[in-house]
Amino acid sequence: MSPRQRLVVSIIAFIASVAVIFIVPQVLELFAVINATIYVSMAILALSLALIWGAGGILSFGQAAFFGLGGYTYAVCAINFGDSTWAVVLAVMLPALFAALLGYFIFWGRIGDVYLGVITLTVTLILFKLFNATAGDAYTIGKARLGGFNGIPSTPPLNLPWDVGTSLPPEQIWYIAAGLLLLFYFGSRWLLSTGFGRVVISIRENERRTELLGYDVRRYKLGIFTIGGAMAGVAGILFANCVFVSPTMFSLFYNAQVIIWVTVGGIGTLLGPIMGAIALQMLVAKLGTINGLDPNVVLGFILILFVLLVPKGILPVMQGGFERMRHRRAVSPPAPIRPPQQPAQKQSVAQEPVLTVGSRP
Amino acid sequence: MDLVVVVLLQVVASVASLVLISIGLAVIFGMMRVINLAHGEFIMLGGYAVIYATRWGVNLWIAMLIVAPLFVGVIGIIVERAVIRFLYGRMIDTMLATWGLSLLLIGAATMIFGNVTTGVSAPLGGITIGQYQTSLYELVLAVIVVVVLVGLMAVLKLTKAGLIARATMQNPAMAASLGISTSTVYSVTFGAGAALSGLAGALIAPLSGVLPTMGISYVAKAFITVISGGAAIISGTLSASTLLGSLNTLATFAATPVIGEVALLFAAIILLRVLPQGITGRFFRRAL
Amino acid sequence: MDDIKLSRRRLLKAAVAGSAAAVGPWFIKDLYAADEIKVVGIHDASGGLDLLGRPMIDVLTLAVEEANAAGGLLGKQLKLISYDAQSNIQYYTQYATQAATKDKPAVVHAGITSASREAIRPVLRRFNTLYFYNTLYEGGVCDRNCFCTGSTPAQTVEKLIPFAMKKFSGKKIYVLAADYNYGQITSKWVKKYTQDEGGTIVSTDFFPLDVTDFGPTIKKIQAAKPDIVMSVLVGGSHISFYRQWAAAGMKKEIPMASTTFGLGNEHVVVSAEEGNGILASYAYFDEVTTAANKAFLTRYHKRFGDKAPPLTETAAMTYHGFQLWAAAVKKAGTIDRMKVIEALESHISVDGPAGKTTLDPATHHDILDVYIGEAENKKFKLLQSFSQQKPADTAAVCDLVKNPNDNQQYIIDVKV
Repeated sequence: MSPRQRLVVSIIAFIASVAVIFIVPQVLELFAVINATIYVSMAILALSLALIWGAGGILSFGQAAFFGLGGYTYAVCAINFGDSTWAVVLAVMLPALFAALLGYFIFWGRIGDVYLGVITLTVTLILFKLFNATAGDAYTIGKARLGGFNGIPSTPPLNLPWDVGTSLPPEQIWYIAAGLLLLFYFGSRWLLSTGFGRVVISIRENERRTELLGYDVRRYKLGIFTIGGAMAGVAGILFANCVFVSPTMFSLFYNAQVIIWVTVGGIGTLLGPIMGAIALQMLVAKLGTINGLDPNVVLGFILILFVLLVPKGILPVMQGGFERMRHRRAVSPPAPIRPPQQPAQKQSVAQEPVLTVGSRP
Repeated sequence: MDLVVVVLLQVVASVASLVLISIGLAVIFGMMRVINLAHGEFIMLGGYAVIYATRWGVNLWIAMLIVAPLFVGVIGIIVERAVIRFLYGRMIDTMLATWGLSLLLIGAATMIFGNVTTGVSAPLGGITIGQYQTSLYELVLAVIVVVVLVGLMAVLKLTKAGLIARATMQNPAMAASLGISTSTVYSVTFGAGAALSGLAGALIAPLSGVLPTMGISYVAKAFITVISGGAAIISGTLSASTLLGSLNTLATFAATPVIGEVALLFAAIILLRVLPQGITGRFFRRAL
Repeated sequence: MDDIKLSRRRLLKAAVAGSAAAVGPWFIKDLYAADEIKVVGIHDASGGLDLLGRPMIDVLTLAVEEANAAGGLLGKQLKLISYDAQSNIQYYTQYATQAATKDKPAVVHAGITSASREAIRPVLRRFNTLYFYNTLYEGGVCDRNCFCTGSTPAQTVEKLIPFAMKKFSGKKIYVLAADYNYGQITSKWVKKYTQDEGGTIVSTDFFPLDVTDFGPTIKKIQAAKPDIVMSVLVGGSHISFYRQWAAAGMKKEIPMASTTFGLGNEHVVVSAEEGNGILASYAYFDEVTTAANKAFLTRYHKRFGDKAPPLTETAAMTYHGFQLWAAAVKKAGTIDRMKVIEALESHISVDGPAGKTTLDPATHHDILDVYIGEAENKKFKLLQSFSQQKPADTAAVCDLVKNPNDNQQYIIDVKV
């Protein structure tokens, strides 16, 4: 597609998404709107991993750490302040700060590959265990009891900035969540098209080469990791608004889920993980109403199948099919610009530069 | 004085159990650079093998030491043939696929066995040390772990099969050009790793009970231990287990079980920051 | 602090009322379509808690089927809609919202852990849907929309501690508790009742729900040399404590009592040697010998087979909870929520498998019979029963007759 065509497609997609966002509360019942808000908040979590893993090549096994920290910070601050404005600000800042510190620890220690996975996983497990152990009376921050395993059930909903009088109903939270997803999606596309984003992608493609070109890869990795952490924090805030915060947010379950969504949706794309997150959550919720079938069997089977047969994920395959159809119609297909084949251990990252947005050279 | 002995015994027991739950994963990781995230479910299957074998009248020790490892070993070979062999050299993809396998096995076990904690009673009863009593079985467990480690070492060092395995591990291309079927070696290695996981599950069953989701509580710990230990199978697992296990036990005695767990995890993070390739990435490099 | 809470609550309500009005037209058609009465159950049929969840679902199914066979309620048939929350709190919120806004049932029977209850309760209150919570728990819930039919520590622990101290003639107690709300609060009650009897607590250790290794703890207990060990441990992982305790040969050294042993059929899961002699106290045991219970068990096994798991308090109270609700509907002559609540608040009582249970209007908790049993060969031998125990713990903090708009779980400040 030419840059012009791409722009047209983007604008159409944007308008269509805005239309969907406004139609959803009109046609769906309240429960479905609340569920849709949960799905969308999880899609933001998936998008955050798509950024740091799909674009940056950093496989974090602990994305749920930032998700949970965002939720807890929001709940504790909102209960104490009675106003959600600063709670939201802090609930984005704290996970971002935590991601920055953890990133500094990891990237300046030159830890990569599976070792990075272990460290992020371990950090999440520590948070999980610590928050689980806060059931006693001693663990109260201001007015908020952390509550251990039970979590903080009465998380206050969002209100308009500095206006405690306007506690938002579920439909309004849907608009905020869906709007944020849209914003983050286009924001991420923009980010990856900037000079910063291109260096991040080139680190994924070949870290050594990027470094030899004179870039301090540690800083770029830290940057994308922190942005991903902040985004996961936002997902945590929205989740806290729809459900409530509890240590499960740090659990292996969410860590696993988010990786599965990204894998199934299409690693290396931004839209794929969003689609994967929403589709798989709907599937699991559906499976919960079927008696006698354990949802884990289906989820596990899907994951194995995708790794073996569709390692790139749904979206790239769909795009490939679409492109082929176009090419069949066009008489002389333009030769796609392919990057050189990557080394074997990088194969988990999609080979097509699906993330290249904006104008191509 | 008695307390010191008892604490020491407890340290030994917990190091042994850490070695036990990690060694299967370590063999597969060390030999094949494959992280098997279905490791916890292999442990779970080992546990169920013991439960069902004893229900059908098999002697408990035979069930634990023979039936369970055989059963899980066979499952391991099937898994290797059906899934893993398509993914060699793609570490992240194997992790994801085995993660899927883990979910699949948990779900299947839940549907077949029900989500109920079952178990067998620990044999041998207790022994008295001064004014303390401890389970004799825990001590026997430590002895079994030592036997397994020595046996593993002997197989790798002294037998032809061990030589072939080590050669394949060091340079698969060269081994293949010398006429070794690396595919068979991988298959057998994965089966052996799985069998060790099955043995772990079998030996743990009398202590902690068996439940379809039990693997989750072991896989993260085993994963962390193996990676902290680094590439060398035996010395890596042993050194990491000793360090993390003693820390865990001592912190548990001094404070609470939560602090014990957190101390273990925290130590692993610091360890990996200081030694990014694990303990044996720096020390005992030529060891197994 | 209360003012702020109150105002926030009022705001929430106003906001919700507004939103309900905005989407109103979509549910109104549901209301007119109802010629059957819907009952919703949300329990864990899978995941780590299904051991407790499945019998509750079965018993609720049995109760609804029996009511339908007897001609239904108010001349209408009942329809049970059962959701499986998969031991995941998120699904509790999700299904509770779905039930309240889509199914619009007359009543929801749901929740096992306190965490699940606190996830459901605000949702059902917000959407004006009557809620029954049928599990024994730590006490203190004060919400006019919510009825708690299970026993609380003042009913069971208060009896169990003096009984155990007398039977084992000991004064020093070592407490092991699950590290969450239930364990934390129950262990405070254990401390209070122990001190009331002139005993002392040597130590209270808390364990996360996934701990399986109790080796170091068993040695700590040996060093402390208590007369009695009190277990407030919960769930599948903690069962390993009973095994490891027996394996270390401690069974004959120090006797044990528990507030939870047997509730998840622990006494069936561990071997007879490991379980024998442990004391427990509940508002229901499978072994209760009344004619009502025998008939109930016969019906249960006829419907779900001989191999259906033994029933415990959670299942029995689910049955009682349903019967209490059905009696109130008959009395009110309608399923209108406020009218049914008023009927439930009129000292309504039913006689069922667990004996006579009466709802206390001030607390919305059950006045019930309590039993103490001793594990013996995978069953319980009933040692003593206490008739019509009042929920004194919740009553100390909660009076819904005086403050009908109260809505919170009080963390009861146990004076120790």
